[in-house]
Amino acid sequence: MSITREEIKKIANLARISVSQEEVEQVEKKLVGIMALIEKMQEVETDSIEPMAHALDINQPLREDKVTEKDIRDQSLSLAPHSEESLFIVPQVIE
Amino acid sequence: MLNLSLKEISNALEEKKFTSVELTQFFLNRVKKHNPSLNAFITVDEGKSLAMAEKSDQLIQSGKKSTLTGIPIAQKDIFCADGWKTTCGSKMLDNFISPYDSTVINKFNNAGAVNLGKTNMDEFAMGSSNETSYFGPVKNPWNLDCVPGGSSGGSAVAVAARLSPAATGTDTGGSIRQPASLCGFTGLKPTYGLVSRYGMIAFASSLDQAGPMAISAEDCALMLDVMTGYDERDSTSLNRKKENYSNSLDNKIEGLKIGIPKEFFEDGLDSDVQKLIEEALKQYEELGAQIIDISLPNNHLAIPAYYVIAPAEASSNLSRYDGVRYGYRTKEYDDLMDMYFKTRQEGFGDEVKRRILIGTYVLSAGYFDAYYLKAQKIRRLISNDFKAAYEKCDVIMGPSAPSVAFKSGDKQEDPLAMYLQDIFTISTNLAGLPAMSIPAGFVNELPVGLQLIGNHFEESKILNVANVYQKNTDWHLQSPKGID
Amino acid sequence: MDWDIVIGIETHVQLRTNTKQFSGASTKYGSEPNSQACLVSMAYPGVLPVLNKESVNSAIRFGLAIDAEIASKSIFARKNYFYPDLPKGYQISQFELPIVGKGKLSIDIGDESKDIRILRAHLEEDAGKSSHGFLEGKSGIDLNRAGTPLLEIVTEPDLNSAEEAVTYAKKLHNLVQWIGICDGNMQEGSFRCDVNVSVKKKGSTVLGTRREIKNLNSFRFIKQAVDYEVNWQIERLEDGGKIEQATILFNPESGETKSMRSKEEANDYRYFPDPDLLPLVISDQDIAAIKKLMPELPEEMKTRFKKELGLSGYDATGITSSRNVTKYFLKLIDLGASPKLAANWILGNLFSQLNDKNIDILDSPIIPEQLSVLISRIEDGTISNNAAKKVFEILWKNTTKEVDLIIDELGLKQISDSNEIDDIVNKVLKSNLTMVEEFKSGKNKAFNALIGQVMKASKGKANPAQVSAILKEKLSK
Repeated sequence: MSITREEIKKIANLARISVSQEEVEQVEKKLVGIMALIEKMQEVETDSIEPMAHALDINQPLREDKVTEKDIRDQSLSLAPHSEESLFIVPQVIE
Repeated sequence: MLNLSLKEISNALEEKKFTSVELTQFFLNRVKKHNPSLNAFITVDEGKSLAMAEKSDQLIQSGKKSTLTGIPIAQKDIFCADGWKTTCGSKMLDNFISPYDSTVINKFNNAGAVNLGKTNMDEFAMGSSNETSYFGPVKNPWNLDCVPGGSSGGSAVAVAARLSPAATGTDTGGSIRQPASLCGFTGLKPTYGLVSRYGMIAFASSLDQAGPMAISAEDCALMLDVMTGYDERDSTSLNRKKENYSNSLDNKIEGLKIGIPKEFFEDGLDSDVQKLIEEALKQYEELGAQIIDISLPNNHLAIPAYYVIAPAEASSNLSRYDGVRYGYRTKEYDDLMDMYFKTRQEGFGDEVKRRILIGTYVLSAGYFDAYYLKAQKIRRLISNDFKAAYEKCDVIMGPSAPSVAFKSGDKQEDPLAMYLQDIFTISTNLAGLPAMSIPAGFVNELPVGLQLIGNHFEESKILNVANVYQKNTDWHLQSPKGID
Repeated sequence: MDWDIVIGIETHVQLRTNTKQFSGASTKYGSEPNSQACLVSMAYPGVLPVLNKESVNSAIRFGLAIDAEIASKSIFARKNYFYPDLPKGYQISQFELPIVGKGKLSIDIGDESKDIRILRAHLEEDAGKSSHGFLEGKSGIDLNRAGTPLLEIVTEPDLNSAEEAVTYAKKLHNLVQWIGICDGNMQEGSFRCDVNVSVKKKGSTVLGTRREIKNLNSFRFIKQAVDYEVNWQIERLEDGGKIEQATILFNPESGETKSMRSKEEANDYRYFPDPDLLPLVISDQDIAAIKKLMPELPEEMKTRFKKELGLSGYDATGITSSRNVTKYFLKLIDLGASPKLAANWILGNLFSQLNDKNIDILDSPIIPEQLSVLISRIEDGTISNNAAKKVFEILWKNTTKEVDLIIDELGLKQISDSNEIDDIVNKVLKSNLTMVEEFKSGKNKAFNALIGQVMKASKGKANPAQVSAILKEKLSK
């Protein structure tokens, strides 16, 4: 299995990263190399192995349902690229 | 003030030999002098640092001093610090002034330490040479033509060039240990979950772990005392009794069983580096330790599995940088889609984009089982290898990096060669184990690091083992010439 | 051609917690935009999620209420997609191992009861809100709602008509309020349904292609949307067309469903376990502790009311249709009203007024203390049922008035003095000899006519039961 140019366009679209026509060749070359490295995983048989998602076998702690956070709107809106009327402004979202 | 251990500085402050303001100014001056050539810091704010130093001096005056009170610490620019620009080495966050403190910063603040500034790093901690930073490459003080390693390259250089008494770093696949090796000082990556990740900008959440970077194991222990502890803001934080890491530094190591994985000495390891590692092991034998051959049979799969898991998590962690709420937004755009695409195209560097694309690919429909699930299974195999190994030995040792520092630009265009830098460090991140790199000599006047890997929660033991070595050697006390 | 309708519903239930799913920000509705957007809600660099204990407890309560398996270990996953109101670029949800497994909810269709299988229920977080139009060509993002705890409840495709869909939704809506996990406020979006609709040839075992109607937040809209959609699909198929899987929106103004602008790409959410959250482990002891605190469920109560109070199936269903109705009913009984009359009055006169004015029974202007007096006046024979209806109407308009005062003022008191009724009956018999003759010759109808005459003569005040008895006695002499 090797990554194709079509697939690169598809994932770039999913990841919202534009890859121009000029860049795609370079990107392809490098991704193909990395995927070849990754393919080494297939050498080993792992059917009976349980996947490991976390380094340690511990459980999710739970938080008491108490309000701990303050209104930080003035600060957060001031950090935004564009805000008005207490809202973060973006180009029109088309439903 | 130069070349003092943290304990010596602490005592001197206590005895009023100098004040925190004097000490901080001394290091700020060094930064001012050497940063233009080394590029170790992204942000220095004299006013802020000195104000913290003044407050620390008041604490010292009033007798409310703890060990690190008044001592300047360089902070990797991955830790959010209230009121400080926090960039993570990215254009995406070039304008981001953090409105809050990460838990690590908070702990240093509570200890009365002084934030000396924010250090340079590979963009979003993705890199092994500190060449992916938006703020330019960091130079290795032992040879300015060489890389310092990465991703914590700025912190590494701050410590190695004595621009700061100590620094913080983070280690996802070797980002503390590999630069510690390439710059010749002591760095420790703790057991996953020991140091809170809250406020530490995420790269790969299940692997990221913060740790100390300092001259000696003794200094690292003092840093670790401050950095660790349960944090209810981090679900993956370990809820266990806090240890004192300085208590057992001087324990005897007679009879210590050191496991040497044969896989760490196969192809890829520079023969001169290998010689030094073997000499260090010989020295351990002389100190009473026992060398045992072990095997980590799946180690060669660590890099492939890591380059699935880390990019997968990263691709999702970095989705928040969309130009909506904070950080960079492209200047001109036609519509929402255009804004997203351009913002992320312009805001991220090439290596980050590559990893986002790889991560997106391995998680995408039809590939999840073949890549992501497979990698998680291999992660289990690697973890099991270590479990089996610790049945036979107390600590595992080997090289921290396959070679000494390489020339800037050498591997920049070859991601695969760059990824191999972490061949000896990545497996411990996958297994969540604590590991250190300590100086063990020089090849062509460039430092070599010895790696010590402990079982889960055995930071005290590897610090002890490292400290005993450092009491009998002076590799860690060497500093680069020409940085006065 | 005849068609079978197949419907499955996914309901987003907003949990009634003080704080968000993964942070300590308030979930209060209607606050100033972004005033409840904490660092976690805004997905600041470096922040991390920590799970709300109360929402886990809510999910367990729901699992117990539908007799479902509660997962001893469940996993949170990231659903990745870009949208300005989704700050992290992913939604934390549960994918492979949800907290609540298979269960069931039974609904009443006519006199029949039907089990609707619940496939699963999982915890997730809500997105923020986008508003459009106040700036030309721009949208504004409010993240107050971002991170609000949701329980998504998914049925099997077991519903076969718009009526069943609505009945199920109402039943679920009652249940989640009953067990205290949701405020049920549909206008505020606390209870929203995505309805999957398909049709297939009658009796066919092959399911048709489904279209999903998103975000219906009223029972009326569910009914209208499903009706419209079913017709649309049948017409299309009968015209030889094909149904394509789609996500559609219902427009309440036009009453039509419409496909959402087609996405530029097929959704690929790249689910994977969230590395920031560990496995959620729930022990048998945790479940047992919550079980102890569970209220009697509506189904259990319904059965008990039929058995112990002699209520009809219809009455018992009505009385347990909402927790507030049940509370009102139990209060009436407590005050001494007979269960049958109490149920009749609540489901009859009271409901018709409340529904008319769109008032919840909790806010009923006539409180149980007043209605119980009215019911007791019927029971002790002071007024007739018809008179009571008049009193009720006055009371509805003027709730401060005493029931007895209204009865007096309107002169509605029944004549229950047998001597007085005796006199009236005698007079009526004397002046209606023809009717008496007819009765005696076997025309039973004449008896009712005579009762009518007596009632008329008493101006409707005579106690009808007494009238009937006295009349019967006199005619048999």
